Amino acid sequence: MTTEHIVSSYEDELASLDSKIAQMGGLTETLIAQAFDALCKGDVASANNVILDDAKIDEFELEIEEQAVTMIARRQPMALDLRQIMVAIKITSDLERIGDLGKNIAKRVLSIHTEIQPNQLMHGMKSMQDLALSQLKDVLDAYAERNTEKALAVWRGDEEIDAIYNSLFRELLTYMMEDPRNIGLCTHLLFCAKNLERIGDHTTNIAENVHYLVLGTNINEARPKGDNTSRMLINQDD
Amino acid sequence: MVATHVVESKAPMLEQTNDLAEAETTNVEPAEKSTKITSEDVCVYYGEKQALFGIDLEIPENSVTSLIGPSGCGKSTYLRCINRMNDVIDICRVTGTIKIDGKDIYDPSLDVVELRARIGMVFQKPNPFPKSIYDNIAYGPRIHGLTSNKAELDELVENSLIKAGLWNEVKDRLSGPGTGLSGGQQQRLCIARAIATKPEVILMDEPCSALDPIATATIEELIDELRSNYTIVIVTHSMQQAARVSQRTAFFHLGKIIEEGETTQIFTNPQNEKTQDYITGRFG
Ligand SMILES: Nc1ncnc2c1ncn2[C@@H]1O[C@H](COP(=O)(O)OP(=O)(O)OP(=O)(O)O)[C@@H](O)[C@H]1O
Ligand SMILES: [Mg+2]
Repeated sequence: MTTEHIVSSYEDELASLDSKIAQMGGLTETLIAQAFDALCKGDVASANNVILDDAKIDEFELEIEEQAVTMIARRQPMALDLRQIMVAIKITSDLERIGDLGKNIAKRVLSIHTEIQPNQLMHGMKSMQDLALSQLKDVLDAYAERNTEKALAVWRGDEEIDAIYNSLFRELLTYMMEDPRNIGLCTHLLFCAKNLERIGDHTTNIAENVHYLVLGTNINEARPKGDNTSRMLINQDD
Repeated sequence: MVATHVVESKAPMLEQTNDLAEAETTNVEPAEKSTKITSEDVCVYYGEKQALFGIDLEIPENSVTSLIGPSGCGKSTYLRCINRMNDVIDICRVTGTIKIDGKDIYDPSLDVVELRARIGMVFQKPNPFPKSIYDNIAYGPRIHGLTSNKAELDELVENSLIKAGLWNEVKDRLSGPGTGLSGGQQQRLCIARAIATKPEVILMDEPCSALDPIATATIEELIDELRSNYTIVIVTHSMQQAARVSQRTAFFHLGKIIEEGETTQIFTNPQNEKTQDYITGRFG
């Protein structure tokens, strides 16, 4: 454990920064789970709630950012404190983006709730969101515990989300080719999958920031870039 | 319009540039500099009491090295070893070696007066002599016989004042008393006085602690300009000042160097817990 600051109000401010990030992180987790749930059930009311809840996450971002800027001005933080404040700003901005991506999933529910969702596809989507959510939860724990091992595990785990995304992408294309009437639904689902994949990327950013916060260095492993879909073509013989 | 910074080097850091090299800050040194001052196992005793314990430190030339640490940790004591100012304290005893340009400065055959001419010193409180501005600067060159006639001396005085950024403010009152200047001007006068003997090294012991933020910024700007020609060692109690002006930082604690390294690294990612606790305000 680090020693406490001589100025106790400084110590309190740093602690409050941490607790706000924990709260914001909790809200974000809930929001993603609800958005996905609304998608599976075609639940418009719940989707609308998600859209409203996202505003709370945005408020948290502003609040944390403002506190961080005030602390920089008043305390002129150094070393670990400087890293904590910089990292807080970065993590909140990643969480805010994750919230937006959740909101985007909820908005799509409003367009596709009447359509019947192919079971097998939704199964793949579900395992992708489970993974994205558990990654998000783990990285928030890693932050709270200042646990670099956990952060590294999350960082490495993103590959798996990418792999699911790649296979979902193929699957969705197949559905669209089978019957052009599926194109509307599948395009929305494709965006939802892409959103989950992006959530994974933001989670990875947070993992990198936890590593930097604790050790003052960047993760220096090469991460295999997992989203191959930019190079994927439709092959009729597939 | 936003007024320009007193400290010029701050402006490019804030500007948007695509070229990283352009945005290079004063704290980033392109290449390794050669060592100007080497200390090996330096110990200092005041009578029975030991104040410094085996200091090993290499100070690179034409750069600013800051010494930080809590009160009484030995920063001033170490600084005074470099120009042998400790010699004048009766009870003070120095062991170990300090070399400048590879030459042992405690070598008995060395001329201490000549050594002090090569090493300028600026103190916490500006301490101009109770003489005219002109004589304050001319004093050193006169006793060291650096000039041979009045014209040469005039030129040296003018140049020193220009380098210290004071010329325009005092050129019309050179015969006025040095003590009649403002605190910030007096400190620049002392820097001009230190420069006048054409030193290679300038030692500064908390040179800004009696100055307001603008006068401080002016001195910091000056330090930044001087470092291309001089090796500067500065003791400061302001972490921000150390972070702003120096390229390397040494952290002293209880008479020992706990950590020494690149300033940016010391202030963003110190390796030693004591350093971290000190610079973040966790112990005094
Ligand atoms: N002339 C002296 N006679 C006896 N002891 C001295 C003398 N000068 C310094 N000391 C002692 O040596 C130790 C180091 O003092 P020094 O002045 O070098 O500390 P410092 O780091 O410069 O502190 P500060 O930040 O307060 O200026 C202290 O314990 C001090 O009491
Ligand atoms: Mg001192």
